[in-house]
Amino acid sequence: MNGGHDLGGKQGLGPINPEPEAQEPVFHFEWERRVFALTMAAGMLGQWNIDQSRHARERQHPADYLSNSYYENWLQGTETLLNESGLLAANVELGNVRIPDSADAEKLLACGGPTTVDSDKPPAFNVGDGVRLIKSHKAGHTRAPSYAQGAVGEVVGQHGCHVYPDSNALGEHVGEQLYSIRFSAQELWGSDAENFEVLIDLWEPYLEQVSTA
Amino acid sequence: MPHDHSRDHDHTEPPSDLTLRVKALESLLLEKGLVNADALNTIIDTYEHKVGPRNGTQVVAKAWSDPQFKQALMHDATAAVLELGYGGRQGEHLHVVENTDAVHNLVVCTLCSCYPWTLLGLPPVWYKSAPYRSRAVSEPRSVLREFGTELDETIKIRVWDSSSEMRYLVLPARPAGTEDWSEEKLQQLVSRNSMIGVELARSPTSAEDLSS
Repeated sequence: MNGGHDLGGKQGLGPINPEPEAQEPVFHFEWERRVFALTMAAGMLGQWNIDQSRHARERQHPADYLSNSYYENWLQGTETLLNESGLLAANVELGNVRIPDSADAEKLLACGGPTTVDSDKPPAFNVGDGVRLIKSHKAGHTRAPSYAQGAVGEVVGQHGCHVYPDSNALGEHVGEQLYSIRFSAQELWGSDAENFEVLIDLWEPYLEQVSTA
Repeated sequence: MPHDHSRDHDHTEPPSDLTLRVKALESLLLEKGLVNADALNTIIDTYEHKVGPRNGTQVVAKAWSDPQFKQALMHDATAAVLELGYGGRQGEHLHVVENTDAVHNLVVCTLCSCYPWTLLGLPPVWYKSAPYRSRAVSEPRSVLREFGTELDETIKIRVWDSSSEMRYLVLPARPAGTEDWSEEKLQQLVSRNSMIGVELARSPTSAEDLSS
């Protein structure tokens, strides 16, 4: 879905106004600290994955997504996931849900979770191939940014087989080949664009081969 | 609904709706036993005090000083920085992209806020903001100018949109005049912003000022 989060190339959003690096705290308010920790800790319950978590934030009304601060969007997403998970119901049976303590949390943060998936299927595209990011208007979660849909780029890297976000957001853990695709600014933004290139990581189902002749 | 984001630190004011909403959620989760209070503190402490851009500055300074490490880093950054003890959440698949005389790299996540936490900590507010996320892929030179970074027109800008779980770290160019500098001293030249690509590494003279 191309909700309020799908921001590449959107205009009229104003200056960046970066806070000077030396003066910026990690959190600006106590509530941000709490939202960050609650979101991470709730995620460690293992009831949803990172793509479901992203999708929960993206499903908000675009006007809310854009007017909320960053951690307000996290809060909104976490509330949505908790409500949908059923964990907050009265008499919920926690069964096998393990509640991480301090040591568990430390370990989970230190280990991370690689997203590679074993696969026997060879990549369909090779470095140097011309590919188009297929246009799509599906409602669910995707990591194919709308600003590059329909554009033709070149495969410049193969990252191997990784969890496919569009399925992962539905709770289906399947892998697809992931590539680094290079697009010229002219292809994305027209002939008046500044001279630069954009590299986007895109999964095989997003792409179709084009003739480079 | 939108909220008032005024930077109100006056503790005599009643707590904002937002503060109350977060408190309510935390109380509920604690009461239901779904989160552990010590775990919350550990999570905050990790990213407020332990994991931050200092990790990245060590990686960059080492890459500038040690050709063998740099080679390993460019080949497989995840494995190379694990040797230094940097692994974990949001650093599972790292790629280092090198700035040269011909190429300048810039990292963004247009769809959310993907960022190499293991090396840089949590992203700054501007990195997660709509203006940066929208403009970095469509007008990078104007974005760089907002950070005071002017690049020669002949330098190719390469923008990395972090759309997957690959995490990108920019290896800034080593400033001239630092040939005899130790790794520790070189670290002072590496700003967080230079590892995102919105700035260059600091000049040796500015670092002398910092340490004096």
